[in-house]
Amino acid sequence: MKSKLNLNPDLIVSARKAAGNIAESMQNFIDRHTTVSTERTILRLLGVDGVDDIDRPLPNVVVDSINDGGGLSRGIAYWIGNAMIQTGLKPQEIAEKIAAGELDLMKLPAAGKVEAEAKILPLVIEAVEKIRAQRQKRESYLKTLGEGKKPYLYLIVATGNIYEDVVQAEAAARQGADVIAVIRTTGQSLLDYVPYGPTTEGFGGTYATQENFRIMRKKLDEVGEEVGRYIRLCNYSSGLCMPEIAAMGAIERLDVMLNDALYGILFRDINMQRTLVDQYFSRVIIGFSGIIMNTGEDNYLTTSDAIEEAHTVLASQFMNEQFALKAGIPEEQMGLGHAFEMNPEIENGFLLELAQAIMAREIFPKAPLKYMPPTKFMTGNIFKGHIQDALFNFISVWSNQGIQLLGMLTEAIHTPHLQDRMLAIENAKYIFNNARAIGDEVEFKENGMIQLRAQEVLASAEKMLWEIEKEGLFSTIEKGKFASVKRPKDGGKGLSGVALKDEQYFNPFIALMLGGEK
Amino acid sequence: MTEVAKVDLTKVKPYGDTLNDGMMQLSFTLPVPFGEEANEAAKTLARKMGLEEPAVVCSKDLGIGYTYFIMYGKCQHTVDFTTIKVTKIEVEVMDKYEVEKYIKENIKRDIVIVGACTGTDAHTVGIDAIMNMKGFHGHYGLERYKGIEAFNMGSQVPNEVLVAKAIELNADAILVSQVVTQKDVHIPNLTQLVELLEAEGIRDKVVLVCGGPRLSHELAQELGYDAGFGAGSYAEDVASFVVTEMVKRKL
Repeated sequence: MKSKLNLNPDLIVSARKAAGNIAESMQNFIDRHTTVSTERTILRLLGVDGVDDIDRPLPNVVVDSINDGGGLSRGIAYWIGNAMIQTGLKPQEIAEKIAAGELDLMKLPAAGKVEAEAKILPLVIEAVEKIRAQRQKRESYLKTLGEGKKPYLYLIVATGNIYEDVVQAEAAARQGADVIAVIRTTGQSLLDYVPYGPTTEGFGGTYATQENFRIMRKKLDEVGEEVGRYIRLCNYSSGLCMPEIAAMGAIERLDVMLNDALYGILFRDINMQRTLVDQYFSRVIIGFSGIIMNTGEDNYLTTSDAIEEAHTVLASQFMNEQFALKAGIPEEQMGLGHAFEMNPEIENGFLLELAQAIMAREIFPKAPLKYMPPTKFMTGNIFKGHIQDALFNFISVWSNQGIQLLGMLTEAIHTPHLQDRMLAIENAKYIFNNARAIGDEVEFKENGMIQLRAQEVLASAEKMLWEIEKEGLFSTIEKGKFASVKRPKDGGKGLSGVALKDEQYFNPFIALMLGGEK
Repeated sequence: MTEVAKVDLTKVKPYGDTLNDGMMQLSFTLPVPFGEEANEAAKTLARKMGLEEPAVVCSKDLGIGYTYFIMYGKCQHTVDFTTIKVTKIEVEVMDKYEVEKYIKENIKRDIVIVGACTGTDAHTVGIDAIMNMKGFHGHYGLERYKGIEAFNMGSQVPNEVLVAKAIELNADAILVSQVVTQKDVHIPNLTQLVELLEAEGIRDKVVLVCGGPRLSHELAQELGYDAGFGAGSYAEDVASFVVTEMVKRKL
């Protein structure tokens, strides 16, 4: 495909190379470490669920018990495999006994790694097959029901009450939404456990729990069958429980999950070692499950200026792409993020936004790019806001974005009201339909404002990536190069949950899922 | 030629294109199915709201048996503008950039703000909204302000730990968030903090602020705080108060 922006292909190759080196150097670190959340994920995949008598999730109870006993380095798969050999019990029964104080994994006789791994393998295969079946079910739905045209219309619900969310989601789906995202309650990302059961109280969102996933999935399947269009479900594989929520999403057939290698570090002050190890396993699961990951580069522009810092968005997209490839996520599942966040007062700002969006499209041709609406410069003037959203929609159809996170005219005021979503969908549908082929019809002036802007952003991103490659990612983040946020390598939340693996460590899911269905 | 009517400030009503036509536009959803009956219901509601000649200019089926309306109507109520009184916030609220400029020009050093959700309260939603980088509803948190070093200690912080941190960092201001107010648990907790600060002799050296959805400015002052921020407050409200108070008290 000829570049409409006259981008230098050598610069793109070079930027990818630098990002690839960065991901590779991090992978060495990742491969040597595990985390409490990674281990809890293994337990969840093995079917351990439920809470103890003081509402602690059993995966936490079990992993805390080996962590307290100094056994985290060996990994929970070993300890459970060993316990199965020694007790003849299933993982769930083992977990319940630990919760009741009747069993200590560290005090059982110790079998070898090979025996433990062999013992656990049938359960691992069963779990993997369950997820594969969900993937196939999605594929079958897409074949029989079909789906909306891209850009997919992505809408959020955020009532705090899963049952109320279901009502709003149904309305949105009937009005034309292709993706429903259930926003999480404020603060869930910093919980080092996943709450259990259906929930009805949240602040600005609803808890991500496996039961809540199941409730919403069921409703969206029903509505999808009625409206004759598969409705995708989105939640957040992020925060301190990033891989656990990915596993829950895989089991309950979520279709889209927010997942970013750097977001938690920068915006939630989660320790960078913890996040990088966690993102790997979460992405392995996401890749295998056929879930589209959404990255959070758009957030950089809420902290930094969208014009000055545009190259950091592109640089991060390159890195997220390389981290994702390491975890086996195909390009078709990479919903790399960016946003329409330039100050509306800027002359020709629309042209700069267009340059950025088309540039992302050309550099990541197969990725279902996730395009975020204006938020930073939205005001209480809902009428102007509706026009800002219209310009955003116009760029999206022009640059053929994958997932359009619909802007709400009331963005600066409240979580969306029922009619706000309807108006947002109407706005997007009108513009997408009315300008459907504009991208095929329009080319840009040679060395004009749009071409030069895109070239400049690419050049800066490429330069930045080689600087990071030289400096190291940890150190780059410590210096505040992303989103103007500085985070120390040993600071932030969750560091105590990171451990070096010992030589007997194994995570049986990685091999099966990485080598799985491609 | 008819003269243009003069505004009577004792009887003010909305203006569409003629003085005192009372024209208002409104939009809302009713949980009833789309159709003639829905439109009639919307008009009836508008009449109850004091709108005469209500007109549904647009109605839409929202897909779950609910209907959205855009309406116009002529408001029959009036307001006596000459008697309106507003209790103004004592502090002029500045936006982020104005606060940053104010610090640079008037305080001339970085200021330190320590915040926490204290006692048994595990709900950091409030303190996070005010302090964290991302902020809330597009209002960035204090961490993002130039000239402010913000330390968010998180949830369930004992008052003793908060005071120790404030002393260690030589804090200029302390922010306490209390979301859970069932059985008034926040009252003894907030009171204890004031007592601790007084015992350490630093109460006068800090700007002390509390906040939460069910806290009021009056209650805060009663408990010995400099200010209390309720629901709908953002970082700039708190920051404006803190910096203004610092200058006022020459901290």
